[in-house]
Amino acid sequence: MCGIAGVLGLDDAPPVEESCVRQMLAMLRHRGPDEFGIFLGDGVALGSARLSILDLSTGQQPIANEDGSIWIVFNGEVFNHPELRTQLEARGHRFSTRTDTEVVLHLYEDAGPDCLHRLNGQFAVAIWNARERSLFLARDRVGICPLFYTVADGTLVFGSEVKAVARHPKVQLRLDPLSLAQVFTYWSTLSPRSVFEGIREVPPGSSLTVREGRVSLQKYWQLSFAAAGESAAADGDRAEGEAVERLRDLLVDAVAIRLRADVSVGAYLSGGLDSSVISSVARRVGTGRLDTFSISFSDAAFDESVFQREMAEYLGTAHQVATASYADIARVFPDVVWHAESPVLRTAPAPMFLLSDLVRRNGYKVVLTGEGADEFLAGYDIFKEAKVRRFWARQPASARRPKLLQRLYGDIARVSGTGPGFLSAFFGHRLTEVDAPDYSHAVRWRNTARTQRFFSEGLMAAVADSRKTEGGEVEYPADFGSWGPLERSQYLEAAIFLPSYLLSSQGDRMMMAHSVEGRFPFLDHRVIEFCNRLPARFKLRVLEDKYLLRALARDWLPRRVSQRPKRPYRAPIHRCFASDVAPGYVRELLAPAALRDSGLFNPLAVGQLVQKLEKGLPLGETDDMAVAGIVSTQLLHSQFVASKRHTVPLDDRDRVKVCRQQRVS
Amino acid sequence: MADVRHELRHFIVQNFLFGQGQDLSDGTSFLENGILDSTGVLELVAYLEETCDIKVKDDELIPDNLDSIDAIVAYLGRKRGTSVTPG
Repeated sequence: MCGIAGVLGLDDAPPVEESCVRQMLAMLRHRGPDEFGIFLGDGVALGSARLSILDLSTGQQPIANEDGSIWIVFNGEVFNHPELRTQLEARGHRFSTRTDTEVVLHLYEDAGPDCLHRLNGQFAVAIWNARERSLFLARDRVGICPLFYTVADGTLVFGSEVKAVARHPKVQLRLDPLSLAQVFTYWSTLSPRSVFEGIREVPPGSSLTVREGRVSLQKYWQLSFAAAGESAAADGDRAEGEAVERLRDLLVDAVAIRLRADVSVGAYLSGGLDSSVISSVARRVGTGRLDTFSISFSDAAFDESVFQREMAEYLGTAHQVATASYADIARVFPDVVWHAESPVLRTAPAPMFLLSDLVRRNGYKVVLTGEGADEFLAGYDIFKEAKVRRFWARQPASARRPKLLQRLYGDIARVSGTGPGFLSAFFGHRLTEVDAPDYSHAVRWRNTARTQRFFSEGLMAAVADSRKTEGGEVEYPADFGSWGPLERSQYLEAAIFLPSYLLSSQGDRMMMAHSVEGRFPFLDHRVIEFCNRLPARFKLRVLEDKYLLRALARDWLPRRVSQRPKRPYRAPIHRCFASDVAPGYVRELLAPAALRDSGLFNPLAVGQLVQKLEKGLPLGETDDMAVAGIVSTQLLHSQFVASKRHTVPLDDRDRVKVCRQQRVS
Repeated sequence: MADVRHELRHFIVQNFLFGQGQDLSDGTSFLENGILDSTGVLELVAYLEETCDIKVKDDELIPDNLDSIDAIVAYLGRKRGTSVTPG
């Protein structure tokens, strides 16, 4: 993968300084350390930091079309580029490289913004059309590759990461109160917000066109599901058999095209079903050896290395393991936050950061990984929770129905006791509002929002103020109401949690921190569109998750793996931040003086939480989220707002290609 | 009993309200006000068992016994009442 950045004057703009772009690119060095490129035009600049994966020798960016009127910088991959290239060559386009980047360029020449419909991949792209004087920014369908922008004092500044945008002299970073409240409710901001004031993302599946000083946003792909009762398959075993076959074909092809690279491709192995399926397919369709990589925990409560080893032995892969201790997690956490550019209410990104380091040290730049199956084939417990709540809501007085929740959440087994009282209290929130669009997530979001009790009065007042003008609530697509209950809850996971947390804070950012590119076969849009037409019973059958994938996996995996109950990926939190293992920064950032400096949290309340932490008692879910959230927000404030972190500038040792263009007639 | 009530209040305010106890009355429902989550209930039970020298039975783990300071004080009274009953 790579990083991109750029600047466009919206009014009659002065030329963009090369030094400015160089500084922005220096902030993206981790994303693309191999070579750099800069395009300088009339009031516009594009920059690229490249991680070479295809056409290692001549693929340096920026790339121009035949007459030099259109320029592109590109982050990501188009997996169907050989097929598209053949079509474009037949139409007379001449190529100067073997890259997918150039395929996108010529496709854009032909089809304009509609070119996006033809791409199967993961990308963030910027294209400057000098004749039209228009800038085109776009992002892949589900938001695998990041892309941020802001308009500051008549200048549009964009970049793969906020830290690059912030290098522009007109941009000042401040934490946005309403965005913080969103993170402390949904685990992430709601797109297009970032956690910084005025910095927006190009939403997944969208493009932004800037022409004559006007910025317009278009959506080219919408996450959608079959209307209730209109799913593709008919009844019966035959339909199920056909669905398994179709899913098999799609997955095999999704993996096969993601093995296309001029470097070796490895795979993550979590020990669960999804990554095992992907690795198994890769082993079958790939030609070379397959290296697999896993994270293990020194705390046995979180560790799955037994299952990882079992799977690696079964597949015959060369297997490497990164072990995460409490101290490791606390040690890397400041870097994790630096890369995530968001508070996180979990430490789970930290092991992913350690894992990409292991991958890189083994000489790999690309890994296949299993994200997406839980969203589109229904693996998450929250889908089951919503289903049980709906079942219970039909007889709210039932003592038996809520007890089904014990199957999902082991830690509530004791508190559920003999009566429904506590279960009703924890999971009965808005129990009978089954038509509310947020029904499936109401309990989780309410619980998470309890972490806002630590906000300072000033922050709470600022949040309340922003809400009056900006709202900041979840928005639902027009056809949301026509979908079934499972699909509605899938939408909320796939539209919020997936792009804004899983693929960013825990995905792209953690991998790119060590110049590793993740590839996600379950997020191939053909797989998603197929899954979203399936009847609910092929996904969540009674309370059996990922029904269809498990049926398919029987052919590929040992039965113990294909039928193993899902276990959420989690990492320890409070044990990492207690003073017996935590580095000094944790105490410093949680001290009253540091809390007053940032002004974001209530020193008295945080002090009580720290005391609780120091007593060494196991903290509950909410307290755990609060600890991670407060520490990471304080880190964010100190690294992005209070001071600017320095980085290695581009210098003579870097391969930098600079292309200049004056006015095009 | 006044001491128990006072200490209990202190425990709730410190551990679940993080020092912000101004709105907590003795009758405030922990559950309706989101003061306890599922692990919070277990923390509360562990505290009662340690400091009040009682054993909370599974069938006593119900909101009637544990949902407010008043409810807990009454429950502890019943517990102690029954514990001195012979037989």
